[in-house]
Amino acid sequence: MPIPFPPLPFAENALEPAMSVETLRYHHGKHHKSYVEKLNKLIAGTGYDTMPLRAIVERSAKARKDRKIYTNAAQAWNHAFFWDSLAPQSESPGKMTAEGIAAAFGSHDKFAEKFKKTAMDTFGSGWVWLYQKDGKFAIVGTPDGDPCFLRHGEPVFVTDVWEHAYYIDHRNEREAFVDTVLSKLVNWRAVEGRLNALKDRQEAKADIRRQAGGKGVEPWFIA
Amino acid sequence: MKRILAAGLGAALLAVLVAATANPGASAPPPDIPLEQHKGPYTLAPLPYATDALNPVIDTATMEIHHGKHHQAYVTNLNAALEANPALKDKTLGEIFAGVSQYDAAVRNNAGGHWNHTLFWRTMAPPGKGGAPSEVLRAQIEKDFGSFDAFRKAFQAAGMKQFGAGWVWLIWADERLQITTTPNQDNPLMAVAAKRGKPILGNDLWEHAYSLKHQNRRDAYLAGWWDVVNWTEVTRPFYRAAAVPG
Ligand SMILES: [Fe+2]
Ligand SMILES: [Fe+2]
Repeated sequence: MPIPFPPLPFAENALEPAMSVETLRYHHGKHHKSYVEKLNKLIAGTGYDTMPLRAIVERSAKARKDRKIYTNAAQAWNHAFFWDSLAPQSESPGKMTAEGIAAAFGSHDKFAEKFKKTAMDTFGSGWVWLYQKDGKFAIVGTPDGDPCFLRHGEPVFVTDVWEHAYYIDHRNEREAFVDTVLSKLVNWRAVEGRLNALKDRQEAKADIRRQAGGKGVEPWFIA
Repeated sequence: MKRILAAGLGAALLAVLVAATANPGASAPPPDIPLEQHKGPYTLAPLPYATDALNPVIDTATMEIHHGKHHQAYVTNLNAALEANPALKDKTLGEIFAGVSQYDAAVRNNAGGHWNHTLFWRTMAPPGKGGAPSEVLRAQIEKDFGSFDAFRKAFQAAGMKQFGAGWVWLIWADERLQITTTPNQDNPLMAVAAKRGKPILGNDLWEHAYSLKHQNRRDAYLAGWWDVVNWTEVTRPFYRAAAVPG
């Protein structure tokens, strides 16, 4: 079954003027779409074509010969996660998110500063992630198409810092772009929802371990 | 003959002295000294043509931002990185490249960015003005790639294979011409390069080089770029690298 190309979770002009229609047309309609199309061509008739997208990323990351599958799958996953991280009405961070940010970075401003600095230090093409590891928030920049979940932790928010993400609206001003995303476009509701889901999974795992009475049963079936 | 040579040398020496006095402390050695032999502080040289001269292959807005903002930023940040690393101040760019893994990312990225873009601007010319490869260069290309067309195809294919930001290069290594790629602003002079050699020609694969005009179509950019390659200039680094008397 081919991997679907997901539509934008908002109208093409919904992020104006922070992110232009032109940017979304190219970024979603050309870049993202072409990653999905290339991926589907590459996996047709291989064992990968029955797997969900994230599983394709995880497995192909380990096989050198599947490098092309990996880059296209990772970029397909990253872009879908990116669109779901943005919203026309940004609101403000939910309770868990705000507490997590305060605990990890001291304040929301310090979080934004660190996120922007990481974006500037991620030289070349890449992604900047807010993720959770051992119940705590952290920020990391990954090169090219590498998703955060492979080597760092579970992401709750991401910003694309490939030049194609900001060149139409901001030219070479990556910092202005990231600043705009952070101050106007973050889907804080989605971030809070992802945190909740992570918490549920962690609690379910802890429950199973408890019920096993410390007999070393690992709930491997909960990701 | 000897006297003419001596007079020529004298004049050249005088020109160097005058340049040094007129511009104390600044870098800018005469342009025929390869950039890898330069020491900082570095300056951004003007483009050897107008920003609209490469139309329609490379559009004016791209040229203005690419040279005036991106390359300028590499120069500014390189000078700042050298300022922060006094031990590097007396090193040439080539020496920095040779020991690049010991230095900050800022040194590696900005030194590479400055050197790479300098070669890039010099080896382009307005469409139709780039001449043709010299006979020696063409013969070498045909020897190493089968034909000139096969070389171009291989260069474009390598450019497509480099995922994310980077460069595709024609280099002189192991006594022959080869094609290689580097990520970000690395180059084949760097000790970290997968394949080291002397760059003859390089094409910029960062999206800033082509996305205003071609969006995500790097293939269209790579295929169209040949129209602005300045083969007369490309011959110079080739002759120097391959030690061809010319
Ligand atoms: Fe993107
Ligand atoms: Fe560039």
